[in-house]
Amino acid sequence: MAECGASGGGSSGDTLDKSITLPPDEIFRNLENAKRFAIDIGGSLTKLAYYSTVQHKVAKVRSFDHSGKDAEHDHEPPYEISVQEEITARLHFIKFENTYIGGCLDFIKDHLVNTETKVIQATGGGAYKFKDLIEEKLRLKVDKQDVMTCLIKGCNFVLKNIPQEAFIYQKDSDPEFRFQTNHPNIFPYLLVNIGSGVSIVKVETEDRFEWVGGSSIGGGTFWGLGALLTRTKKFDELLHLASKGQHTNVDMLVQDIYGGAHQTLGLSGNLIASSFGKSATTDKEFSKEDMAKSLLHMISNDIGQLACLHAKLHGLDRVYFGGFFIRGHPVTMRTITYSINFFSKGEVQALFLRHEGYLGAIGAFLKGAEQDNPNQYSWGENYAGSSGLMSTAPELGPTRRARSGTFDLLEMDRLERPLVNLPLLLDPSSYVPDTVDLTDDALARKYWLTCFEEALDGVVKRAVASQPDAADATERAEKFRQKYWDKLQTLRHQPFAYGTLTVRSLLDTREHCLNEFNFPDPYSKVKQRENGVALKCFPGVIRSLDALGWEERQLALVKGLLAGNVPSRPLWSRSPWERPWLVDSYSKWLQRLKGPPHKCALIFADNSGVDIILGVFPFVRELLFRGTEVILACNSGPALNDVTHSEALIVAERIAAMDPVVHSALREERLLLVQTGSSSPCLDLSRLDKGLAVLVRERGADLVVIEGMGRAVHTNYHAALCCESLKLAVVKNAWLAERLGGRLFSVIFKYEVPAE
Amino acid sequence: MCIWFYIILSRVNFFFPWFGLDIGGTLVKLVYFEPKDITAEEEEEEVESLKSIRKYLTSHVAYGSTGIRDVHLELKDLTLCGRKGNLHFIRFPTHDMPAFIQMGRDKNFSSLHTVFCATGGGAYKFEQDFLTIGDLQLCKLDELDCLIKGILYIDSVGFNGRSQCYYFENPADSEKCQKLPFDLKNPYPLLLVNIGSGVSILAVYSKDNYKRVTGTSLGGGTFFGLCCLLTGCTTFEEALEMASRGDSTKVDKLVRDIYGGDYERFGLPGWAVASSFGNMMSKEKREAVTKEDLARATLITITNNIGSIARMCALNENINQVVFVGNFLRINTIAMRLLAYALDYWSKGQLKALFSEHEGYFGAVGALLELLKIP
Repeated sequence: MAECGASGGGSSGDTLDKSITLPPDEIFRNLENAKRFAIDIGGSLTKLAYYSTVQHKVAKVRSFDHSGKDAEHDHEPPYEISVQEEITARLHFIKFENTYIGGCLDFIKDHLVNTETKVIQATGGGAYKFKDLIEEKLRLKVDKQDVMTCLIKGCNFVLKNIPQEAFIYQKDSDPEFRFQTNHPNIFPYLLVNIGSGVSIVKVETEDRFEWVGGSSIGGGTFWGLGALLTRTKKFDELLHLASKGQHTNVDMLVQDIYGGAHQTLGLSGNLIASSFGKSATTDKEFSKEDMAKSLLHMISNDIGQLACLHAKLHGLDRVYFGGFFIRGHPVTMRTITYSINFFSKGEVQALFLRHEGYLGAIGAFLKGAEQDNPNQYSWGENYAGSSGLMSTAPELGPTRRARSGTFDLLEMDRLERPLVNLPLLLDPSSYVPDTVDLTDDALARKYWLTCFEEALDGVVKRAVASQPDAADATERAEKFRQKYWDKLQTLRHQPFAYGTLTVRSLLDTREHCLNEFNFPDPYSKVKQRENGVALKCFPGVIRSLDALGWEERQLALVKGLLAGNVPSRPLWSRSPWERPWLVDSYSKWLQRLKGPPHKCALIFADNSGVDIILGVFPFVRELLFRGTEVILACNSGPALNDVTHSEALIVAERIAAMDPVVHSALREERLLLVQTGSSSPCLDLSRLDKGLAVLVRERGADLVVIEGMGRAVHTNYHAALCCESLKLAVVKNAWLAERLGGRLFSVIFKYEVPAE
Repeated sequence: MCIWFYIILSRVNFFFPWFGLDIGGTLVKLVYFEPKDITAEEEEEEVESLKSIRKYLTSHVAYGSTGIRDVHLELKDLTLCGRKGNLHFIRFPTHDMPAFIQMGRDKNFSSLHTVFCATGGGAYKFEQDFLTIGDLQLCKLDELDCLIKGILYIDSVGFNGRSQCYYFENPADSEKCQKLPFDLKNPYPLLLVNIGSGVSILAVYSKDNYKRVTGTSLGGGTFFGLCCLLTGCTTFEEALEMASRGDSTKVDKLVRDIYGGDYERFGLPGWAVASSFGNMMSKEKREAVTKEDLARATLITITNNIGSIARMCALNENINQVVFVGNFLRINTIAMRLLAYALDYWSKGQLKALFSEHEGYFGAVGALLELLKIP
């Protein structure tokens, strides 16, 4: 934990020398392209923010030009793959102790190539103190920004862009952090910033906020009064003392006044009637621990009470807490939560933020970036480059942790297109994409972490094999292995490091780590080959499907959708296909098909090859026949062997050449291919490409089809939509199948119709 | 409650002595009605122990080393239940309660067939001791009922011809500050802030309709407790005396210490305290402050906080007159003026802080009224 850095063995004795021994290139990354700096200097921590661009490789697909060729050769792939360099925008945030500031500024100056940058936005109490140092070292003009404005801008930014930013603290559960899905409309909310004093701000819109109150009893009171009472100088040490003390030795409790009678009167005897009420005596010594604890309770209760009074006055139930008093300290999160629960009788929720320490720096950065406003874009947390909550860059490895233990990183990638909710979600504010919360479910967590560890060898091999011509592929793959392995170890110890731990987040983290080491699409060649093979089978499959009677064909189409999900492609006659399936509402679906056609179906595709070509397209074709329009949504970027949007475009074009139904549907825009905005093997319906959402609305989609384990089981299994939906998958994991009450290759066919 | 007791009382027309007792966390408040219209016949009949009590209480201003009669609060020529007399106000620390009970035993209170009406948490805590040691039956009464009853009654009888309730004009200006009488003719709705060891805040809508809104543990006990730890003082009076000589701005971090002046973005004046004890984060400043500064800062911190919570409650309850009572305010003009100023400033003149001469005795008075069945 950053703020506790000093107690972790580091001392402020050898400040600047120490920073030279840091591995700063792993901390201040991408400095060569950095521009637009912002800095937030607090009482003990500095937070630096900058915008940079990252160049990395991407696999692009392109159709061969077939004109003039009469036929395809058997060994010719269906399209060509080329690796190109792509430049994407990234925001870097680094948090370190103020003692490192000189060394860090030197490092930045030495590596700063971009000379356009003239100004650095600065906020925080220390911005005055270090102004000259910054101007001298970086030769940038310091532009001071208002502290609270920055905090609020930063808060809005993380709440909008990081889906699991806010959490509640529950003292007796394991883990104590419980993440909340962000409400689609984050406003209005109350922000209680507990710095040396307390500021309570009501935030109504992006630009409208109001200081509604405050208190002088805050972190500075705990620190200052605590130092006087206990002769302990450091904030962290005071908290540590408090965590060991008994406040009942110092405080006058209700039971001290009422004796044993509080029980018969229905009073809680443990309530504090008077803080420090027992210390009004000279004939007794009080322990440092007890006094620190009493002080902590006094201050936390007081802040909680005021926050509740303000929340009540303004009719708000979401109260976010921040400031150095809170910053990742379980002790204070616990006492504040207790106080809020007590005073609001559970009506107000105390919420904390995973990136609370960065709010000021983010806000200052945004203030300085108004000409190319980052708020116009959607951003995503890069799990590979970010340290995670309460884990201080542990992916640098335990041997290096000692040196860099006080550095914490956050990196956010700019997404190509803005992300929004799927308009068809029944209740966006209660939608949770993930089926199993691995932070909550220790057994499942253990299983999946081990599962991902065991699969790592295979992923490394696959990555190396995907780049046979690259001399450094093995070396990069090993770096990837180390990074992902370290992430998995972090998550074993701090499952809450990146919000709720889920199979999706484990998969996404792996993709981010692969990208980090320039393995943009390890499956590109596999997908290419499988697509080629499947395309050749397409006409035959269509012929045999068309030969079936209507009812038989519907079942065959559904089986086709499911079959593409099974990598070993079991024969259709094998036992998994025997109904009833594990979840089986097929009869209801068939009944529905006998009725009027759907207006428009939104289909989320899964794998390349057999799945998309022999499963999805025949199904799409049947829907088109029925007069249903189809929106086929595929991933924007690669993930495993999932079909990407650009691959799907080529596949569609090739199918159109063979099939007049698909051909005319494409031409008449009854079949539309769109991208999801995602590069994940799973599916978050609350973060989808805006174009997709617009189209869904325009076309009046009334059926959503989600296929594959990642999208229909790991995520969205319980997703409630306001239209009909089909969720289908074959459970390819024995452990999960068993959990669901079935066997390996059990079939899930979930047809849901929303209640009237 | 105490049905049997009322039956006895009504039959024998209220035995003397008339006491009301409020046993708080720190202080015991005792009110005693001294009948001045005793006839010769009565005098003759009056048992020795009763006489001795009357003489003892009225001829002394201090009892033992810690008991004190607040002579200046005495209410003269009061008529209670048809009897004329003086009402005396006596206080002593709760930790001397065992000695008080012992005295009751020594003076043979139990022979008077009397019952003590008592309120406050101590009425419960010491009930058994009263019974076993003093052979005295306590009639326990609800704290908040007594408090409100007491306030309304005392306000109605006035203060020996003067007004009971008062407020401060120009509280921030030591030259122009004036304590002025306030006529509480429209008492409802009223926010009642009782600052004892802890703080209770009540919204009072009528004599019988009130609710406890909230409370805070940062009260008089916190002020005195912290002062003891920080300055080594031993009495409340000493703590206040030190505070009167100290400078809290050496201890507290003000808005202007952070922003160089007013924080205009949020409309905060430079003189406002941004962080109580905030300067004490620095070693140099810790070494530079005096005990008097620390006592003053403690007083300011606790008082401002009570004012702030009271203001929020008044807003939430939509009440604009706030009466502050309780023994924290005894001889504590600094706190009262600060409350008056803070309430006026932060509410932009919407809220009025009111005070009452008999600060901490209302619970005890309420208990006495219960004894006499005065509604």
